[in-house]
Amino acid sequence: MLKTFSLGGIHPPENKLSARKGLKDLPLPKMVTIPVSQHIGAPAKILVKRGEEVKVGQLIAESAGFISANIYASVSGKVKKIDQVVDASGYRKESIVISVEGDEWLDTIDRSDILNKTIELSPQEIIDKVAEAGIVGLGGATFPAHVKLMVPPGKKAEVLIVNGVECEPYLTSDHQLMLERGEQVIVGVQIVLKALGIDKAIIGIENNKEDAIKHLRMITKNHPNIKICPLKVQYPQGGEKQLIKATIDKEVPSGALPIEVGAVVQNVATIFAIYEAVQKNKPLISRIVTVTGKSFSNPSNWRCRIGIPISHLIEQAGGLPEDTEKVISGGPMMGKALTNLDAPITKGTSGVLLIRSLEARRKEMQNCIRCCKCVRVCPMGLEPYLLMQLTERNYHDRLEKEDVMDCIECGSCSYTCPSYRPLLDYIRIGKKDVGQIMRSRKK
Amino acid sequence: MSLLVITIISLCAIGVVAAIILYVASKKFHVIEDPRIDKVEEALPAANCGGCGFPGCRAFAEATVKADDLGDLYCPVGGSDTMAKVASILGQEVEDKKRQIAVLRCNGACEHRPKTNIYDGATSCSVASLTYGGDTGCEYGCLGMGECVDACNFNAMYMDESTGLPVVIEDNCVACNACVEACPKDLLELRNVGPKSRRIFVSCRNEAKGAIAKKSCEVACIGCSKCFKECKFDAITIANNLAYIDDDKCVLCRKCVPVCPTNAIHELNFPPRREPRKDKAPAKPKIENIEKPIVLKKPKEEVKDNQSTNDIKKEE
Repeated sequence: MLKTFSLGGIHPPENKLSARKGLKDLPLPKMVTIPVSQHIGAPAKILVKRGEEVKVGQLIAESAGFISANIYASVSGKVKKIDQVVDASGYRKESIVISVEGDEWLDTIDRSDILNKTIELSPQEIIDKVAEAGIVGLGGATFPAHVKLMVPPGKKAEVLIVNGVECEPYLTSDHQLMLERGEQVIVGVQIVLKALGIDKAIIGIENNKEDAIKHLRMITKNHPNIKICPLKVQYPQGGEKQLIKATIDKEVPSGALPIEVGAVVQNVATIFAIYEAVQKNKPLISRIVTVTGKSFSNPSNWRCRIGIPISHLIEQAGGLPEDTEKVISGGPMMGKALTNLDAPITKGTSGVLLIRSLEARRKEMQNCIRCCKCVRVCPMGLEPYLLMQLTERNYHDRLEKEDVMDCIECGSCSYTCPSYRPLLDYIRIGKKDVGQIMRSRKK
Repeated sequence: MSLLVITIISLCAIGVVAAIILYVASKKFHVIEDPRIDKVEEALPAANCGGCGFPGCRAFAEATVKADDLGDLYCPVGGSDTMAKVASILGQEVEDKKRQIAVLRCNGACEHRPKTNIYDGATSCSVASLTYGGDTGCEYGCLGMGECVDACNFNAMYMDESTGLPVVIEDNCVACNACVEACPKDLLELRNVGPKSRRIFVSCRNEAKGAIAKKSCEVACIGCSKCFKECKFDAITIANNLAYIDDDKCVLCRKCVPVCPTNAIHELNFPPRREPRKDKAPAKPKIENIEKPIVLKKPKEEVKDNQSTNDIKKEE
């Protein structure tokens, strides 16, 4: 019997069309747009001016606070302008636009593919390096990675859980990374273990990636401290709290962080970025993006530089199919529909999904029939139908009592609702309002 | 027979004992309440809308009785008349406050603002604004799902289907602030009603740079500061590529309206302009011609004369 989390969950059609399609480097476009706010926390402070020449790997915006991240030039060329550009959120954000000229890298970056297994840096140096490289959680939440590595005083990390679950349908970027860069990922795991000063790691992988499980098991043969843990396919297993429950059977208390139960969770893509930063001195300037869709001619996985327009990726990968009606940045469950195809690929873009007109439209909302399917599938044990009603009526105290802040926004409730009610859309508003009230109370 | 007598007597006894207990309790636990609260509440319009910032008219009445000064307390529904009544009950004085009215600061009707994408999520402005910038190029503009109309308790708003924008019915609006709070884009503003209900305001909130704003909406304020230069009363400020008219300083001279290149400044309830001003096309070059000497040389009053004579000459 395979492990999984105990509460709720759904199993949507997997549709991993781009699985086992080898990684390719995406050719550079003429122009890239790098937003300064690609992470949770304060937007980075711009360091370059218009007309300035930059090289690949050059710091162009610096972290503006504890929870913030550095941003590096992903291409070489000239800063064309600093402007407000529409990104995947649908709003204009401050961005640095660079016109690409050649592909000149800083000399300090090791561009070779040679595997470097010896970890020379001390734990503190590793954390500093991760912070300096601007690494954020690449699973999609984009929380600065170094903050997670700094265990707060009084708490003790016991186990590192590596998230190779990739529970979102369609997406295969982490899968492909584990297949092609498995060795590097394992070295990355050792780096993070050293930084945390612990000795135990578990890599959670869903059972639909058997080849990745086999591959990593083979590499970790001589590392008894790194355990590969196959998991039953279940959405949203990639959620931090769900993954902790599935792998080490511990429950993170409401409102607490994973460190409360001694766990630190990092995505495999983040681990790989940490490997590149520590061993190769390469900051976070590229990530793996899946571009896929049912009528798309070439579902595939690409190594993309940050800032490349999504339209360029689609074009290079096979062109926009005619019957596309919706383009989603991210997976089908948690991704965001784009309003502008020229929105750039950011640190948090795990995939680009092209949806056919057949499936794109939402169905009309009907009345709630009190079937409680949403309650049954909620992985956090909440009552989504109730939270939606309370939000509509602005009952903020009651919302707080019903633990609306525990919602992880996985969208299982909206997916399962037979009346097509936009439960999550409303719960997000409730979360926003209650969050504001709670924050103002603290002050 | 005796049973009946006993029943009556015992019931009476219970009644008397209970009455004594109730009497003692009512004396002992009597809550002394200011009788003026009831009087003030009677004078209030009993709309219970929350526009004053208190939960209901009773709470507002209690607040007025407790307050030393009525300066910060105002019932927008009743207006100055009601506040005068309240003040006379309490033996205080209030200043006449200008009546206010809700004004929509977006003119992005369908014809001015082409749609760039289709939204098919929940029909709620707050859901839509949390999801994305809007179904047109303008991320500051009205989303047109009528959350303000739903919030209005006074039947003072409706959605105009031809423009896709909400409309405020002037006679019904009591400036209770409900729509202002409901709008996630902050498009509604309470402004002074003005003499004869005349108002001038910038009907746009687009803070994008001029070119971007103009591209997304024909009637957007592009922050060109032409109105700012035209205004002689310091009523106009330009911030974040957007002009704003301070209704306390504005004297309703209407000079800023024709200079706006995108017609973003709106005038309400004014009589039609006089002849020389009526058609805009010939009026514009004249203003440009005389603009420079005016700013440099002449004091205000002479400017007016100069302008009108110039206009007349050219008309001839």
